Amino acid sequence: MHMICLVKQVPDPETPSASFRVDSAANKVVPATGVAPVISPFDEQAVEVALRIKDKHGGTVTAVSMGPASARDAIKHALAMGCDDGILIDGPAFEYTDSYSTAYTLAAAIKKIGDADIILCGRQAADWDGGQVGIIVSEMLGIPALINGQSTDIIGDKKIKFERVLPDGLDVYESATPAVVTFSQEVGQPRYPTLRNIMAAARKEVPVWGPAELGFDPNEAAKSRAKTKLERLFVPVFEAKVEIIEGENPAESGRLLAMKLREAKII
Amino acid sequence: MADEKGVMIVGELVRGTPAPICYELLGAGRKLADSLGEQLSILIMADNISSDTTSDLIASGADRVYAVAHPVLGKYHPDSFAAVAEKVAKDKKPNILLMGRTEVGQDLAPMLSYRLDAGLLMDCLDLKIDPASKMMIMERPVYGGNARSVLHCETKPQMASVKPKTQEPLPKDTSRKGEVETISVDLSPSINRTQFVEHISWVSEGVQLESAELIISGGRGIGSTEAYKATIDVAAKVIGGAAGASKAACDAGYAPPGNQVGLTGKRVSPTLYVAVAISGASQHLAGMGTSKNIVAINRDPDANMFKVARYGVVADYKQVMPAFIEKLKELLAE
Repeated sequence: MHMICLVKQVPDPETPSASFRVDSAANKVVPATGVAPVISPFDEQAVEVALRIKDKHGGTVTAVSMGPASARDAIKHALAMGCDDGILIDGPAFEYTDSYSTAYTLAAAIKKIGDADIILCGRQAADWDGGQVGIIVSEMLGIPALINGQSTDIIGDKKIKFERVLPDGLDVYESATPAVVTFSQEVGQPRYPTLRNIMAAARKEVPVWGPAELGFDPNEAAKSRAKTKLERLFVPVFEAKVEIIEGENPAESGRLLAMKLREAKII
Repeated sequence: MADEKGVMIVGELVRGTPAPICYELLGAGRKLADSLGEQLSILIMADNISSDTTSDLIASGADRVYAVAHPVLGKYHPDSFAAVAEKVAKDKKPNILLMGRTEVGQDLAPMLSYRLDAGLLMDCLDLKIDPASKMMIMERPVYGGNARSVLHCETKPQMASVKPKTQEPLPKDTSRKGEVETISVDLSPSINRTQFVEHISWVSEGVQLESAELIISGGRGIGSTEAYKATIDVAAKVIGGAAGASKAACDAGYAPPGNQVGLTGKRVSPTLYVAVAISGASQHLAGMGTSKNIVAINRDPDANMFKVARYGVVADYKQVMPAFIEKLKELLAE
């Protein structure tokens, strides 16, 4: 049993919005000072699912991240949680990407790794919130995708059970492997790295793959080119248009608020 | 890339009738089609499609309804629906292809984009046509709602999935004229590579958070599980809405994890969202920032929630909520 987790490094989504900045000339987010980037939370939950499977059935888990050199830290985090190997995909060729071109590169990496039974990732990454990469990877590999999961487990030879989270409950599916599975917060709290794993992760070599290692020829750049174009990135300005309701005392304010909602026909 | 014409919607039916997203997409799609001077069509897939349904879609804005009925399409499955939508889209060659970022669109849209070799943007809030290029310009939230991005597709069809409850449906007009085209398909159940086994319903009291029009939510400032129950649960019940919570309140154990609204929780967009003792971290705003009317109750006048709120009360919630709930009861009983 070999599992591949796709993990992305993102600016810490818990950063207070007051310190969130955009460089509108470059259409890029300016990292908040003193806040280290993190593994995208849903990807971390996908790692947790892979490790639960490994705990129960054995097997190996490879964490793959596409990103700048700093994304090595996201891989090291996955290794410290208990993944066996990590691969960083980095290079100038991968700088401007959209969901399609990211999926193209990740699918090439998965093919090169070769023997994956289950490919796991988050429902969406906490930076661009695209929600497409896992599914497009599955299409590129010609295998099914099961999305928005709470859990998955092996239930037979080359067979998995998957619980998809819906607003009113769970849909349970079975699928042959290989398959792509994506996860979100319903997985629950990911495990904390143990000291032993942190030390092992620190020593672990993380190879870097570029276009050459992925076997990309010059035409590949055209084939993997982004299909969408970012024109503008900005921080929405919410005009402070709040109407503060002030009664003679807090209880009176509460009553006035209820009346206000009624008058505005909101309730 | 010159042949593509028209705006096509991939619709969704719930027990045979159009889901709310159909009307929202028809409202948004009508504007795009009119500014391009092109037709608006909607594709629906089900085991049975009644003429009431197709007439309703025409009255709601469609010039043309593509109706595909087949027993395999009785329950949504990404594989069978993607295969049919791919066939229809390749045959009709729309300029723009829209769907909802619903449970259906979340896997169907990326699958289709790959099969149509087309760029796609998910969870769009606003769509318009650039007057110069005639391309669709899409605005979508990124970084958990901290930022907005404006993008276009460089391929056709230009694909977007649209955030539910963000688009205005058109008023129904039964005098509108449109055509229905029935498309037959050959499908085998084996097209579905994964097998649906069962649905497990969550036992929940009251209204589902994601579909609720009225939500009362509590934050860490609520202080205890008992206070959450006595204040948030009770207020939600009084107004016939759902109870929500911030991540901090869930992490502290005051509210059940299923109530979490936010970046790593549920995304909601109700008519009324009352944030009680929630400061308004970006994590939380990501899940509820598009609510139509936000109310903030917080003793900290600098709380971020007041920046997005329509109404605010600056006071300790413990002194506000009992009177607020009593008054609501009284008003709703009238």
